[in-house]
Amino acid sequence: MSYLYAAFIATWVIHGTYLAILVRKYSKIRREMERLKK
Amino acid sequence: MKRAIPILAIVTAVLLSFALYEALIGAPTERTMGDVQRIFYYHVPSAWTAFLLFLINFVASIVYLIRRNPKADILALVSAEVGVVFCTVVLVTGPIWARPVWGIWWAPGDIRLTTTLVLWLIYVSYLILRRYSTSGQTPVIAAVLAVFGALDVPLVYFSIWFFRTQHPSPVIGGGGSLDPRMAHVLLINWLAFLCLAFLVGWTRYQLEVVQREVEEAQALESLLEGSR
Repeated sequence: MSYLYAAFIATWVIHGTYLAILVRKYSKIRREMERLKK
Repeated sequence: MKRAIPILAIVTAVLLSFALYEALIGAPTERTMGDVQRIFYYHVPSAWTAFLLFLINFVASIVYLIRRNPKADILALVSAEVGVVFCTVVLVTGPIWARPVWGIWWAPGDIRLTTTLVLWLIYVSYLILRRYSTSGQTPVIAAVLAVFGALDVPLVYFSIWFFRTQHPSPVIGGGGSLDPRMAHVLLINWLAFLCLAFLVGWTRYQLEVVQREVEEAQALESLLEGSR
């Protein structure tokens, strides 16, 4: 069972990491947009 | 489309939760491997989703090479990026499943495993090229790489049909038999992953569009400052 849970947890860690990278990218672009508006 | 995204996000979350429940509890336990076989419901749909995304990348790259359409270039980039995420899931869940079943994490020289790893490396190289190359020709070079890289997809898929390998035969269309209840859970999980891939891909597409607009504005700003 530990292998099963390890595989499912690993899957969501990979997807979660990618989503976190996208959120970081979005924040960076948003900051840059605000700077350009000034 | 903006209104459809929150609805799709809710549908995807519900579908993923249901698919997870079905994979862990709803699906029947396989007789030989036991509960560890349930990794199949994440491993196989992730592979199918990655193949589909690399196919989209291939088509978008050809369209870009013919028409130089920036939308096709963005679609190629996004499909490769999300495809690499799903391919990573395949490469991580595979060895975790292999260890208790085969007794080894990785079968060196196995054609299915090696071609999958090569596929992942090709698309990671594609993303590195797009990220760090400063040449104006980067989208063209990347599109050519993507067209050749896509040749590995049928090689990965059909490798277990034509070569002796540690990897089991395909469960659908390869002569193997799959319990209808297992097939049902497999398809639910694939549908859930497809919704997730579309949702993440669409968000990433919009992000790339805005990023390119910001980069254009930055270039214009530098130009104006230079002329003062």
